[in-house]
Amino acid sequence: MSDSLLQEIPRFFTYYNCIFLLQAAWRTIALSAVGCVVGFAIGFFLAILRITRERHLLVVRIPSIGYVEFFRRVPFLVTLMFMFFTFQVLKFQFSVFTVAMITVCLIASGFVAEIVRAGIESVHITQWDAGEVLNFTLAQKLRLVIVPQAWKVILPPAFSFFISFIKDTALASQIGVIELTYAGKVFNNKGFSAILVFGTILIMYFIISYPLTRFGRWMEGKLGVSKH
Amino acid sequence: MQYTVHFGQVVKYIPYLLGGAWLSFQIAFLAFCGGMVIGLAGAMAKTFGNRFLRGIVNGYVTFFTNTPQLVQIYFIFFGLPQFGLVLSPYEVVLVGMTINAGAYATEIQRAGFLSVHRSELEAAETVGMSLLQSVRYVILPHLAKVLYPPFSNLYIIMTLGTSMAAIFGVEELTGRSFNVNATTFRSIEVFSITAGLYILVTIVASFVLLYLGRWLFRVKGKVF
Amino acid sequence: MAYLSIENIFASYKDDKPVLAGVGFSVEKGEIASLIGPSGSGKSTLLRVLVGLTKPKSGRVLLDGAPISYANRKALREARDRFAIVFQQYNLFQNMTALRNVTVAPIKVKKRNPQEVEKEAIVLLEKVGLGEKLNSYPDELSGGQQQRVAIARALALKPDILLLDEVTSALDPELINEVLDTIRLLAREGMTMVIVSHEMAFVREVSSKVVFMDEGKVVEIGNPKEILDHPKTPRAREFMAKILRH
Repeated sequence: MSDSLLQEIPRFFTYYNCIFLLQAAWRTIALSAVGCVVGFAIGFFLAILRITRERHLLVVRIPSIGYVEFFRRVPFLVTLMFMFFTFQVLKFQFSVFTVAMITVCLIASGFVAEIVRAGIESVHITQWDAGEVLNFTLAQKLRLVIVPQAWKVILPPAFSFFISFIKDTALASQIGVIELTYAGKVFNNKGFSAILVFGTILIMYFIISYPLTRFGRWMEGKLGVSKH
Repeated sequence: MQYTVHFGQVVKYIPYLLGGAWLSFQIAFLAFCGGMVIGLAGAMAKTFGNRFLRGIVNGYVTFFTNTPQLVQIYFIFFGLPQFGLVLSPYEVVLVGMTINAGAYATEIQRAGFLSVHRSELEAAETVGMSLLQSVRYVILPHLAKVLYPPFSNLYIIMTLGTSMAAIFGVEELTGRSFNVNATTFRSIEVFSITAGLYILVTIVASFVLLYLGRWLFRVKGKVF
Repeated sequence: MAYLSIENIFASYKDDKPVLAGVGFSVEKGEIASLIGPSGSGKSTLLRVLVGLTKPKSGRVLLDGAPISYANRKALREARDRFAIVFQQYNLFQNMTALRNVTVAPIKVKKRNPQEVEKEAIVLLEKVGLGEKLNSYPDELSGGQQQRVAIARALALKPDILLLDEVTSALDPELINEVLDTIRLLAREGMTMVIVSHEMAFVREVSSKVVFMDEGKVVEIGNPKEILDHPKTPRAREFMAKILRH
């Protein structure tokens, strides 16, 4: 069997196949990156909604808690299916890539909201009081005091989430997005050895993910030492 | 919009879906237990093993935590037959999830081992405890407290992870929701109910784990 | 008429347990009133009420004859123009230098001229003895230095009354004196202050009035010699006995 595997390699790694794989990898990266950036923006906003102590915004707090819990407690695949069919029913003519992109952004925002909330809550409550008695507005407290201190607590888990998110995008293959996992299925269906095909796909995911993991560890080290 | 939402048609399938949830639970639970065993072995190897052993465990952990579980399972599902080994989809998913869980469990356990401070052991020694006693009364409780939250978290993640078994035809919750969808074509209703069931299941699991933790190990925490 | 008049303040926290049950006393201009008493007696809560962090259920606060309202945002702002507070710890904004900590509120909130504010801030920081530490961050400063910056920051807004909430309780013993020296300096300059403290020797030295509180009520008021050496009420005597034992 290993002989035929070795024979398959040149047949597998043709120019066109490689281009196909690289395009698929690019879509994986795009889904992850855009999902996380947009997800971060939305999640950040949601976290702020949630920490504005009761007062006026309870009406908005509860739906935002519901939103966050939904996207954190439903499997990616189910959320994806739900989004896919909802858009279909609403007659939105989105490409599967767009559907996946939107889903990815929403899911990411749910997780990021929790991470940001934890970061904000890690800032000692007296810092809020200090801002309050100096007559800071909420925006001033957040901008000048709280968020600059929350960053250090937010960044490591946020980055770590980003890395794990890359792996989650594999499920987008199930609605037909031509990312890495889908590419694997394509080649497997074409008759190439599964070990070769999926081994290659695994290695490609590894090549994307591992450097980021190392970078994340380096960053954590720096954040632990640095002050500002 | 010509589609009107008819939950009624799908609601009667809820018992069927719940049966799937039970299967999801089985898979998650078994894979979790298996993963913990691997994790213990791996953490021991990394802490006490020689350089070669540590390298292997490191390689295992690094590889399986930097690649998607779905592709790992695809690899096993389509790859095993090439070795002449044919397992049922359920078994493939179970094996795949266990191996994947083992990698994360190894990391969690290793961090837990590292968190035991020498000062605790020294304190135990000065009070006159034997090695066995210090393990039982000092190390294990400390470990339990430190390991419980990340493991609880891993369990919840794995519960959600069982959903990909549907891709291989396993009729757990998501798999059954695909069936119901194919039968009724009420996609929005089916998947929203399925989502609701997952939320329900994970909330229940979170509370159970929370109270279990408080009762067994006096671990504090909250769900929301 | 008293400069600061606190009348019959009632306040409670979320679970409706009363923290302040009819607290009242008065403070003259330039006077230093110390609040002492066991923990949970409501001393810190009273300071929080004065600065608008805790809403009183009923009661009145009068400053120079005029009542202070805490009813809405605008009233709170005005109240905080008159009262400034320094907390026990975590006062300073960790992400700003000492100088920035002092200048941020006058510039960002009062919208004053940055150069002017900075000049005044430098003077204030020199006054508290930290002229060399203008550009140091809080984690580069000792606890005592941080508290002194916090006092400078409170003074930057030119308050009528300075509230000090156990400002030395979280400090290592050798750092307490530098903060007490700063407070002595302010006392000599005639700053009206309400101090919550456990440092009985300091309380005796610097206050003109001591208010003993217990369980949300004012139990005894007098000058330091009276309260600390010859407490009249049994609760005050109990408390002083416990304190003075070590």
